[in-house]
This record gives sequence, structure tokens and C-alpha cells, in this order.
Amino acid sequence: MAPRTCGLCSLAKAILKRPKTGQQICRECFFYVFETEVHNTIIEAGLFKQGDRVAIGASGGKDSTVLAYVMKTLNERYNYGLELFLLSIDEGITGYRDDSLETVKRNQQQYNMPLKILSYDELYGWTMDAIVAKIGKKNNCTFCGVFRRQALDRGAAMLQVDHIVTGHNADDIAETVLMNIMRGDIARLGRCTSICTQGEDTIKRSKPFKYAYEKEIVMYAYFKKLDYFSTECIYSPDAYRGHARTFLKDLEAARPSAVIDIIHSGEAFDVKEEVKATQKSQQICKRCGYMSSNELCKACTLLEGLERGIANAGVTERGMKRLEAEGPPPESLRTIPFFNKPLSQLDGRPALFVEAPS
Amino acid sequence: MSKSDTVSLKVEFGGGMELLFSNQRSHKLTIPARVPLDNGTSGLPADTTDENSKPADISYLIHHLKDHLLKERLELFYENGTVRPGILVLINDTDWELEGEGSYILKDRDEIIFISTLHGG
Repeated sequence: MAPRTCGLCSLAKAILKRPKTGQQICRECFFYVFETEVHNTIIEAGLFKQGDRVAIGASGGKDSTVLAYVMKTLNERYNYGLELFLLSIDEGITGYRDDSLETVKRNQQQYNMPLKILSYDELYGWTMDAIVAKIGKKNNCTFCGVFRRQALDRGAAMLQVDHIVTGHNADDIAETVLMNIMRGDIARLGRCTSICTQGEDTIKRSKPFKYAYEKEIVMYAYFKKLDYFSTECIYSPDAYRGHARTFLKDLEAARPSAVIDIIHSGEAFDVKEEVKATQKSQQICKRCGYMSSNELCKACTLLEGLERGIANAGVTERGMKRLEAEGPPPESLRTIPFFNKPLSQLDGRPALFVEAPS
Repeated sequence: MSKSDTVSLKVEFGGGMELLFSNQRSHKLTIPARVPLDNGTSGLPADTTDENSKPADISYLIHHLKDHLLKERLELFYENGTVRPGILVLINDTDWELEGEGSYILKDRDEIIFISTLHGG
């Protein structure tokens, strides 16, 4: 087959067929359009302002590695004026996270960005290895998900950043749309396509790769020879997401625009106010100070269950009842250090240590 | 066999795919230049003709890898006669979708790369 020339520059040999558009493009044009689309996503959503301190949630995997590289590139190319940090959470999974953290440490050198690693062990007193040893592989993803969310926010507060960006890509978001439809979780369906989420007390989080296809992220990492880690978590994966993922990949094989089409469908849903209102109002966890929809936040409930040997306390109604029936927690109960929100989140002043752009 | 009866290839695995292939990223491989139409990988039958054989293509290579090099978890590599959706294939550093996918006819010294996109980010 004769080599095809790039549909953009008409000069070089095409090396990639874009799933989003079917366009055939060369290596240099691919780098340029991929980066420019992410830039446009950032600008259109107004994600950053000059002087923002931004943490990149870094796992060492393909998405966050490419995100760190592209954020650095765009920050320099377009003078965003951002101060970038790498923030990694060490869940304490031997043979998985310890290896991927080595990748993040290399990224720290390669990209010249400060790195903060916060571990479940130092924050909660439990590694995932210890949790799985205690509760088995069922429900362990619940613990990991709740603990990671809070750990990222706390790590971000320690770095005194204004904003966390994560490597969630278009495929991830399309999967989430499908999962929320299949579960009938309409309130989440309304929120899951937002590029940026910010509750009243939470640190702003956003997804600059919202419209970036997984195929292009992997191709970008390959052609740029980026250093990333790829191994599946050794504990049981999220089975439900796995099904949505397989379904989405099958759809994509038949019709490559399926991923972006599903995101657009998700964005087009207009969720009624009374449905949105089913979300409980947020309060402050009385034990650890993190935001919560109950008196105790989910992480504190899960931790108390672990400590008191009622592991499903935060997972099932029955476990919750059992915990309550056993009375108040002992004085000596291990708890999560109290969460002090960054000052900028409290009174609207800019974060500490930020110099005004000249 | 004379030299033209075989095709020598370099096959690489990335993105976690290598874990299914003895945790080895790069493999050197020699395969027959003509193969059965049904991608059978135990050699050509005695009554081979031009009609019941074809030049070795990517489809054949996928079957060859599955039958001879794959060590575990077939379902993560192979599905319905081809690679599982979500596995990217590069032929000499070009997206196989630009090269005819499974019907690309392999040449001596071609480099074929399989990258999984299915592993966590």
C-alpha cells in the first residue's frame, strides 16, 4: 500500500488515523493538534489563572504521565504562569504502587517538578495490603476510592495548591456516563461530564483530557517515548467499570466517534433541580474536619470499622447498624489527622506564597 | 527452506501487553511467507496451492502469536479472530488502521508493535 500523506500538512507520511475525526496525520501534526486541543479545552473552560499553583495527580500510568508532560509544555508555550507540582498517593500495594511510584520519581527529574507523595499508611495508619489482609478482596475498591479522594485533597492542601488536575480521559468519562445511566444514578449523570468540579469547601479539580481519546494519549506517549508504568492493580478491579469499558471499546471499534458522542449525550442531559437536590447538603466531619454529607465522613466511618473489626461498617447498612449497636468508639480509636482547609479556600484570599504576576 | 520462504520480524509489546508474553518486550520471529487461508499455524498442508494459501499477513501473525508465544490470559489479547478492541497495533511505527489492519502483507524485517491501552492511568 502506498504511504499516505498527512491530511494537515500534505508533506509528511501519515502515521495515525485520528479516532475522533478519521483524519490521517503525520507525527509532527499529531503532536501539534493533540497539544492544541488540550490547550483549547483549558482556555474555553477558563481552568486557570496566572499564578495558580496546580497539582497534577500522578500515578505513573499513561494518562497522568502524558498530562504532566503536556501541562509542562503548554505552561511554557502559552505562558499560563502556573506553578506545577506532582502529587502521588501511595496506597501501599506491594508490587504495584511501589513500582509505579518509581516511575513518578523519574518523572519528577525528567519534568523538573516538585513531587509530594502522601501514603495511606501515614494518613490512615493502614496500607491497602493491610486492608485486603483484613477484609479480603471484596469491597476493597470502596476503601481505596474513598481514601484516595480524601488523600488527594489533603496532599493538595499540604502543597497549598489551588487546583488538582487529573488524567481522566474521554474514554473514562464516556464509561462513567454509561455506568451512571445503567445504575440509574441521574444526579451523578448530571455532574460526571463537568470538566471542573468544585464544592464549597473542596479544592478545585479538573480534567484537561476530557476530550482526549485514550488511543491518542497512548500514541502520544509512544511517539514521545514517555516513561510510564502499566500494570493492572493486583487487587480485584472494578468489575462494573470493566464491563462498561469492554462495551465502549466494542462500540468504538464499530464507530470511532462513539466515545465523544457519548460524552456529548452526557452533557446534553438536563437534570431537574429536584433530582440534583437529592444530593445531601455538605457539612464538616466532626472527627476529621473533611467535608462530608453525614456527621462522620465516609473515610472516618471506614477507618473506624477497620479499627474496631467491623470492616463492612462503611459499606453496608447492616455493618453500619452493627457499628452503632456496639456503642461509641473507644477513646483510643485511631483517627485521621484533622483537616485544615487551605486559607485561600476559607476566605477567598489567594493561596499563600503566590507572587503577583509581573 | 530458502530465504524467500520465510519472513523475519521484530515484534514488540508495550503498555502491559508484554506481561502476557513471558514479560519480554521484544521478540525476534521467523514465520512462513505463505500460510493457510484459515490462519492455521501448524504449517502448510501437503496439498497446498495458491488457492488455499495466502502470503503471511497481520491476521496470521496474530494467530501465530496466540498459538506460539502467548503465555497466559488469551482473552486479554485475542477476540473474534483479531486483537481485542483497545489494543493498538503499529506497523513500522504507523497505525495499522492506515495499513489495511489484518490484511497488511508482512515483509522481511518489518517491526510490529502491540500496545495495550487497557491498563490503568
